Amino acid sequence: MIDTVEHAAKTPDEAQPYSELGLESDEYHRIRDILGRRPTTAELAMYSVMWSEHCSYKSSKVHLRRFGDLPRSEALLVGIGENAGVVDVGDGYAVTFKVESHNHPSYVEPYQGAATGVGGIVRDILTMGARPVAVMDSLRFGRADAPDTARVLPGVVAGVGGYGNCLGLPNIGGELLFDECYAGNPLVNALCVGVMRHEDVHLAKAEGVGNKVVLFGARTGGDGIGGVSVLASETFDDAGGPAKRPSVQVGDPFTEKLLIEACLELFGQDLVTGIQDLGGAGLSCATSELASAGAGGMHVDLDRVPLRDSTLTPAEILMSESQERMCAIVEPDKVERFLAVCAKWDVLATVIGEVTDGDRLTVDWHGERIVDVPPRTVAHEGPVYDRPMQRPADLDDLQADDPVRLPRPRTPEELAAHWLAVVASPDGADKTWVTEQYDRYVRGNTVLAQPDDAGVVRIDEATSRGIALALDGNARYARLDPYAGAQLNLAEAYRNVAVSGARPLAVTNCLNFGSPEEPEVMWQFAEAVRGLADACRDLGLPVTGGNVSLYNQTGDVAINPTPVIGVLGVHDDVRRRVPTGWRTAGETVLLLGVTRSEFGGCAWASVVHGHLGGRPPAVDLEAERKLGELLAALGREGLVTSAHDLADGGLAQTLAESALRHGLGARLDLPGDAFTALFSESAARAVITTTDPGGVKTTARWAGVAVTELGVTGGDVLAVDGVADLPLAEVRAAWTATLPALFGTPEATVGAVPAGTVPTS
Amino acid sequence: MRIGVITFPGSLDDVDAARAVRLAGAEPVALWHASHDLEDVDAVVLPGGFSYGDYLRAGAIAARAPLVQDVVDRARQGMPVLGICNGFQVLCEAGLLPGALTRNGHLHFRNRDQALRIERADTAWTASYEARQRIVVPVKNGEGRYVAAPADLDRIEGEGRVAVRYVEGNPNGSMRDIAGVTSEDGRVVGLMPHPEHAVEDLTGPSTDGLGFFTSILEAAVSA
Repeated sequence: MIDTVEHAAKTPDEAQPYSELGLESDEYHRIRDILGRRPTTAELAMYSVMWSEHCSYKSSKVHLRRFGDLPRSEALLVGIGENAGVVDVGDGYAVTFKVESHNHPSYVEPYQGAATGVGGIVRDILTMGARPVAVMDSLRFGRADAPDTARVLPGVVAGVGGYGNCLGLPNIGGELLFDECYAGNPLVNALCVGVMRHEDVHLAKAEGVGNKVVLFGARTGGDGIGGVSVLASETFDDAGGPAKRPSVQVGDPFTEKLLIEACLELFGQDLVTGIQDLGGAGLSCATSELASAGAGGMHVDLDRVPLRDSTLTPAEILMSESQERMCAIVEPDKVERFLAVCAKWDVLATVIGEVTDGDRLTVDWHGERIVDVPPRTVAHEGPVYDRPMQRPADLDDLQADDPVRLPRPRTPEELAAHWLAVVASPDGADKTWVTEQYDRYVRGNTVLAQPDDAGVVRIDEATSRGIALALDGNARYARLDPYAGAQLNLAEAYRNVAVSGARPLAVTNCLNFGSPEEPEVMWQFAEAVRGLADACRDLGLPVTGGNVSLYNQTGDVAINPTPVIGVLGVHDDVRRRVPTGWRTAGETVLLLGVTRSEFGGCAWASVVHGHLGGRPPAVDLEAERKLGELLAALGREGLVTSAHDLADGGLAQTLAESALRHGLGARLDLPGDAFTALFSESAARAVITTTDPGGVKTTARWAGVAVTELGVTGGDVLAVDGVADLPLAEVRAAWTATLPALFGTPEATVGAVPAGTVPTS
Repeated sequence: MRIGVITFPGSLDDVDAARAVRLAGAEPVALWHASHDLEDVDAVVLPGGFSYGDYLRAGAIAARAPLVQDVVDRARQGMPVLGICNGFQVLCEAGLLPGALTRNGHLHFRNRDQALRIERADTAWTASYEARQRIVVPVKNGEGRYVAAPADLDRIEGEGRVAVRYVEGNPNGSMRDIAGVTSEDGRVVGLMPHPEHAVEDLTGPSTDGLGFFTSILEAAVSA
């Protein structure tokens, strides 16, 4: 029997499994207070998913306000709170971009977890009215040689590639890093960026009484229903109900591709009043958020929802996270044309309800009312917690354990061996094994992609206007000092965008942390948010939105705090972009910025000594800004032939990558002691090459950036004074061998690809 | 000259093919798979992507699309047709070209800049090249391994139907390093690599791919 509103009112004492649904006792009683009765099964399910940490940000909200408090940026067209922020990039173009995590599903089912992570973020971008134009991925796994990493990583990579490739979106960059702390909790953060004209921005709002609610895209199935919570609810109601279903969603990129093209045609013909994608919490989320953002109410006849499985119960339909679905608000006289566009693209579309003049969200099931709630209480007025925080007890010891005490390489041979070790470590090694599985060319606008520091995409063929994007998230720094770590990640992404010649414009983030119920984790989170907000204020960049992923821990052990920061920049003319690799012999190699003795959390200590301690490099945002301005000026004046930022692995990593890109070496003389020069990770630095060192120095003096001449490009050896010569062939062999040795050379693994990794053409 | 680019549900590189046609100096014409209207085009490009999600077999459903039936009829009368990647798969499924494309030998999707040798510089789509010219264009596919029965391979080779071959490494395990083949009359060409992604210095590894699209203009002039 269906639990109707009428029945709920008559049976106030019926016990309800709120705790199995993940609700606290006081949260359940708040729902009863809001409704003035006990919730129906369907209502309880809706509140439980919408008030979950994932949907309500109940633990993070009090801290995230810092981003909203940043000074209003002129570049920001749509701010935090919508599906994704929108940034003005000039010439009437607007760009929307966002990163989202799909960590837990990717651990359970690597291929589908990662694939639907890409699918979800692409729909967020599409919902804003933009054409998605590129994706990126930031990945973290346990130790590279751990058996479980060999299970999870190939599936995740195949999933990111399988979905993105089939959607026709180039993958233009990202990160792949390994650390023991991710062994039971890998991170899969996917970014999507979309482009539109200013006037094409769409919002998730249900406006206009009588307007129709149209559900379109895939049919609704039993996949992705919120695990224990809703299943428990259904057992409560009907012990003979549907069998337990997997809680990881299954993706169909072909349907999503059709959905993209259909949506863009619908936008183009002005057939959409409001739109929302169906992601986490499915129809519950889409209907309550649309209704909550609008002025009126909404009514939905749930039995009209097209199903893949006719045995689904109303609560399951409301909770289902079946992929590739969207919900639109359409004026009645446009419905016919709306349905025709969907039919052209073979997209199923169904009118399931309409906007009403009340202030309630009501849902009927075959004529019986099963939901009658104020939508704001579901979508926006969930619980908010100011959870206890405490500085981690081990932090003083950790910070005191500075790598200066570690044995250093002394001879030229030892220096070369340590250099090679850093470059060939899983974090430093060539990522071709991964990026070869991603299409970087589709749509024909990819100007730079991995392994360049930033992805650069042309957005207008006539004017060559374009955008640059970088994603960075060093968790070692954040573990040692989450405030500085978040700032350093922002600074690195900022620098990566700047070295391409772009002007940094806006920030997004994906904040991956452990359990908010642990005061030490909560402190890390609060510090990272505070650090990021302060740094954004200093750099004059708005935060356009973001995503919080908590509970990333196994048992009591949380991951290192991992704030992954994305920076968007604009190129007025992508033809002036600056690549990272050295191409021509006889050019002068210059180091921009100041190198200090800074080894806390550095790659050398981690790779050579398995050590994490000390304090991260000093943050100097003024120096970052000056460096960024200098790089932009040099790019504009055509004074640089290549530029590569310095980050983890320091100068050692940067020199190796610059030389290996086109197989061109250099003869260099490093200032000070070679060890510090090579492995220090001081921020606000970059290596550039130029044919006009005098011109660069003049411009740098004007910009207030220190310049050190390192030497000249040429030959096939990295010949550094005081360090044994490193023939590029030897460096390349070590650098390229690491990932294939760990995860197999494709030619050698015929028939051995893990189940579920289904690449198609 | 008007060159049609067919969009199927799931086509991805159609915008790229149209751009390459335009940069070569011809007029790209967008064609829709479900119609029967070839819009008086002089030649047709079947672009890359995952038509119909590659469900059933790559290219199998698209080969039965209404417009492809028209393309097959016109091709048999001599209209030039170029199939790139998924388009090549469609042409093989439609019976216009011999052989088949199967899952890459190593089972991975692979995207890399690939060296190719032009084996036939006298087809409608390769006339801008020199015979045995080496070019570099991107390859990117998961089901690009060219296969045929040994006797058929001998026949294809004997008839000089191999248009393009992989050199300096075979990216997917294709038999005899075959990257692309042509019809007997040299009017229909299919290949797995993507010449349309190598038409601009800014975005491609080279501009070597442009020759496929300028060839068709030369062919039209000489015809």
